[in-house]
Amino acid sequence: MNIAELQAYGYFALTVFMVLVLYGYIYHLYSKKEDADGHDYEEYSNIALRDDVTDTPVSAISDDKEK
Amino acid sequence: MENRPLEYDYTVAKMFMFTTIVLGIVGMLIGVILAFQLAFPEVNTILGQGLAEYTNFSRLRPLHTDAVIFGFTLSGIFATWYYVGQRVLKVSMAESGFLMFIGKLHFWLYLVGVAAVVVTLFMGITTSKEYAEFEWPIDIAIVVVWVLFGISIFGLIGIRREKSLYISIWYYIATFLGIAMLYLFNNMEIPTMLAASPAGESGIGAWYHSVSMYAGTNDALVQWWYGHNAVAFGFTVPIVAMIYYFLPKESGQAIYSYKLSLLSFWGLMFVYLWAGGHHLIYSTVPDWMQTMGSIFSVILILPSWGSAINMLLTMKGEWQQVAASPLIKFMVLGSTFYMFSTLEGPIQAIKSVNAIAHFTDWIVGHVHDGVLGWVGFMIMAALYHMAPRVFKREIYSKSLMATQFWIQTLGVVLYFTSMWIAGITQGMMWRAHDEFGNLAYSFIDTVTVLHPYYTIRGVGGLLYLVGFLMFAYNIYKTMTVGRKVEESELQNASPMGA
Repeated sequence: MNIAELQAYGYFALTVFMVLVLYGYIYHLYSKKEDADGHDYEEYSNIALRDDVTDTPVSAISDDKEK
Repeated sequence: MENRPLEYDYTVAKMFMFTTIVLGIVGMLIGVILAFQLAFPEVNTILGQGLAEYTNFSRLRPLHTDAVIFGFTLSGIFATWYYVGQRVLKVSMAESGFLMFIGKLHFWLYLVGVAAVVVTLFMGITTSKEYAEFEWPIDIAIVVVWVLFGISIFGLIGIRREKSLYISIWYYIATFLGIAMLYLFNNMEIPTMLAASPAGESGIGAWYHSVSMYAGTNDALVQWWYGHNAVAFGFTVPIVAMIYYFLPKESGQAIYSYKLSLLSFWGLMFVYLWAGGHHLIYSTVPDWMQTMGSIFSVILILPSWGSAINMLLTMKGEWQQVAASPLIKFMVLGSTFYMFSTLEGPIQAIKSVNAIAHFTDWIVGHVHDGVLGWVGFMIMAALYHMAPRVFKREIYSKSLMATQFWIQTLGVVLYFTSMWIAGITQGMMWRAHDEFGNLAYSFIDTVTVLHPYYTIRGVGGLLYLVGFLMFAYNIYKTMTVGRKVEESELQNASPMGA
């Protein structure tokens, strides 16, 4: 097998892998309502709607670093 | 220390708003001149034979494309990034002296880059690669500008208060990474001063001149992988970033489906990079690659429409806002044009359609319904939304904005309809032959037939430019004489004067 053939197989394998990852992600997304942090995905729309600097973040980064 | 309440700092956003407008006027003005040159060749020497070198079509054409892509659009992307980025990450640029410095440096170096591009292209110094005409010293400067943009993005993300990255942020990140990859690979070039000829000469040509590392079919492949994905990561991804923020914010409506926004994002990332091959259908690239480009272009309808439909459905139950607000009109029509051109593109990429469409004005029409109707409308809408928040004044005139909307919409319609007719006519005439296989028409026959459509296109472009000047005037008046507004008036719908 020469390098070009190897590249072609590699390319094909990568494509199959990426298709699986994409479909896996779609399944993951639509099979549950909440993400790992326990937030309903749709809540994240509020990040744009309530975006004043004084508004409470939808999912805040811990405050310890801000001191 | 002074105890002032924290506020977002729009200094850098304002700077880029300024270049968006100025470079928009320059790019579109040159575009209109070019359109009239195609209809009336005398315009090529409008300033006399002595200056013909600087006013002819071939010298001005890259200035038009580069000014609207890398000037107007890129400035719009930067301006909205420095606005949206702070707001959805809930962190102010004022909180980091470092990021403020980087932001300003980003702007000033960008301006130096723009000046270098304008001067060199006017002088006729070019690598002759479409949309990648800049010689190596400018390429290096652009890479530095881009790295600064990246530091701004990831720096701001690093100090954010909002843990989750809003969908627009993903799109901005994709813009940054996508363009970085495309630009680096397509602009791989060797300065000729480093080369040696077979005869043993060295130091060939001017110090700034270079040749591409790719040749022949490879060059074509890399070039259109770059060219088409520049449309992806310059004209689609960042503009989707904008509409996902500005439409919900201006209308006060949550995105119809946040999940769909995530799905469309990854779908778009997956599919877009493969579609560039459709520019090379019926050329010397491998057939499987042409077919792949064609198929992926058709699949691209799905993620594109996923975003566009998500935007239109965001207005569900609130369609009266479209009638009431010219600002919402711009975004809804922009989204509609996005759907329209992402359907048109795949149709053109089908091999049998491409046999007629390739090299004709229909392609030019397709590009322009996308950029005028989608990119231009969305960037102007974004700046209209930002202006009252940035200048703390209401938008100077609502009626002027509405008039501008209708003038520009008419301009876009004239532009793409004339180019459809011209393109398909052209394609059919090139193919027509008699029973013995002799071509039925010569090139000049097509030129004669197309003349009226080229004139209509020029008028369409002119209307769009007039609308853009109205936009510039409206923003200028907003900045200088608009009624001052309180923070409480800026929640959703932008305040507008009569």
